[in-house]
Amino acid sequence: MPAMRVRQAIATAIADEMRTDPTVIVFGEDIAAAEGPFKTTEGLLEEFGPVRVRDTPISEMAFTGAAVGAATMGMKPVIEIMFIEFLGVALDQLVTEGAKMRYLSNGQLSVPMVVRASVGGGLGFGGQHSQTLENWVAATPGLKVLAPSDAQSAYSLLRAAIQDPDPVMFLESRVTYAERGEVDTNLKMEIGKARVVKPGKDLTIVALGQMTNVARQAAATSGIDIEIIDLCTIVPWDKKTVLESVKKTGRLVVVEEQPESGGWGSEVVAAVVAELFADLKTVPIRITCPNVPVPYNGGLEARFLPNPVEVNYQIDQLMATGKAPQPWWTREGF
Amino acid sequence: MSKGLERRKAILSDPVAQFERAVEIREFENQINALFASGTIRGTTHLCLGQEALVIGMASVLRTDDPVSATYRSHGIALALGITPESAMGEIMGKAIGCCGGLGGSMHLCDIELGLLPTSAIIGGGMPIAAGAALAFQIQGNDRVAVALFGDGATNIGAFHETLNLAAIWKLPVVFICDNNVYAEYSRINLTTPIEDLHIRAESYAMPHFALDGMDIDAVREGVQSAVDRARSGGGPTLIEAKTYRFAGHSRADQALYRPEGELDSWKSRDPLLLLEERVKKSGKMTESEIAEMKVRIAKEIEATVALCQAAPEPTTKTMFENIWSRKVSQ
Ligand SMILES: Cc1ncc(C[n+]2csc(CCOP(=O)(O)OP(=O)(O)O)c2C)c(N)n1
Ligand SMILES: [Mg+2]
Repeated sequence: MPAMRVRQAIATAIADEMRTDPTVIVFGEDIAAAEGPFKTTEGLLEEFGPVRVRDTPISEMAFTGAAVGAATMGMKPVIEIMFIEFLGVALDQLVTEGAKMRYLSNGQLSVPMVVRASVGGGLGFGGQHSQTLENWVAATPGLKVLAPSDAQSAYSLLRAAIQDPDPVMFLESRVTYAERGEVDTNLKMEIGKARVVKPGKDLTIVALGQMTNVARQAAATSGIDIEIIDLCTIVPWDKKTVLESVKKTGRLVVVEEQPESGGWGSEVVAAVVAELFADLKTVPIRITCPNVPVPYNGGLEARFLPNPVEVNYQIDQLMATGKAPQPWWTREGF
Repeated sequence: MSKGLERRKAILSDPVAQFERAVEIREFENQINALFASGTIRGTTHLCLGQEALVIGMASVLRTDDPVSATYRSHGIALALGITPESAMGEIMGKAIGCCGGLGGSMHLCDIELGLLPTSAIIGGGMPIAAGAALAFQIQGNDRVAVALFGDGATNIGAFHETLNLAAIWKLPVVFICDNNVYAEYSRINLTTPIEDLHIRAESYAMPHFALDGMDIDAVREGVQSAVDRARSGGGPTLIEAKTYRFAGHSRADQALYRPEGELDSWKSRDPLLLLEERVKKSGKMTESEIAEMKVRIAKEIEATVALCQAAPEPTTKTMFENIWSRKVSQ
């Protein structure tokens, strides 16, 4: 199995789909000649040429909508929104137009497109270039929302996303782009199916994107036998895998890279409470970012993001008291 | 008077101070580049090397109560408007002395006293804001003018077109200044835009428009002044296209290998610093040796700024919970 960086796994997944399906086309800002600001489209222009691989002007609304239109007429566009924040200027075309096409055509139209976007903090890009913003897209019926966490899931999930007949939002943790991992190109991953990345029996962590790595690091130094679930799909999320795990462990900790308000973890906690109330040994908790913008300063940005030390602190407190520990900002009086 | 206001006043009409400010910006940007290259500063940065005449020319004809909305390519415009080097560099280093307390970074400089609105890292993001500021001035009946500074690439985003149209029909006192530095990231403007002269886009909004030589401070001053005068006197908005060139790559990591051979050199023969130097020499305002001394002095000052900012304290954790809402609400 080849080891590749996450960014290469993404480029490889797109290339493999383009080889098998001539309707797959790719566009975005500086993704062709420059091979992407994060080199996630390396080699595509060279292999597939300028008809299928295109640079766009700085016009996210136009090219997102163009992807919707092309998708309705038999193409499979894979477009890149460089930083998820730039989706703000194109949101209408994705959530109000694209995601409604099947419904408002009474099932006659399909919109098989993928919107890839880099997300997340940790690199010092400041308040307008560091958010994850899953909740901008998670509340739109008709959209599927995916988030890989490593090279294998980036490869396999992106192939699944491109093959899918519905619009898919594909959220890539920017800090993981340079990380290497083994990739089995024959391994299929399904939309809506989570991965148990570490088995354990005492407590279940559900994480997403770069928080999966944080969970792994926390588990590696924890005295508790932790099971880690990489959710992979936010919409429609894999209730079955999560419920099975929590039924076994009796404890749930969600680790989210998001301000506390409105995060996807609330959905997970609500479902677990509703369905497994009697099986829970402790209250389910969420470990999130505080409700503030992402600070630029390196020390503050590191505090802002959930980290292994805080995850283990929360877990240890939970195990010791059975109660939900306070988040660090409440403990410190902010 | 604050140091920033003094610095602003200095460049209003004195060609020597204008030249010195350009040397300061050049020196500042070179230091920032080195600090990023050495890993001392994290994140990303967008230098304005080669575009000094535009920002200083603009700042020298605006009043401090004329707000400017600009972009992530923010260092030059901020220094031109008068922000102190330690306030800007402190911010870029994420220090508490920075103009945003170290929470904003290179792309988000701000100084309300000097008219610098928080710079936006979203293409086109500042344009409607400038129009809105101008709307306030129009309703309030004062003679303030708002200015939006943005790149050539921004003329392809919806906000540009919507804002031009809105400003035109409402006759808002706003000046739109497009800094056409030929590139948007790694794409030459001709690859993404079917016209060469971007200012003609204002024609379809029945808005006055023209191009000017952005390397020549006198051309900038004259052009911006005419648009500001029109706006101040109730004549409505103007779109100005300043023809400049980005001497460095788009951002920190970019070596700009996509540029045609010779293009950079041909623009460098009209380096705004050379033109500003000639200007003070010709008028007899500075001698060769005075210029050399001044350059050494400014280089030393910026080195001292680097040292000062490196030694400055980090922001406290508390600061990231401030300025979210008008008052603290416990969450
Ligand atoms: C809405 C949006 N899309 C894309 C970007 C990414 N981006 C940052 S700078 C840039 C190029 C802008 O070029 P131009 O407007 O010419 O300004 P310059 O950088 O040359 O000053 C792009 C595409 C962004 N910041 N915002
Ligand atoms: Mg440009």
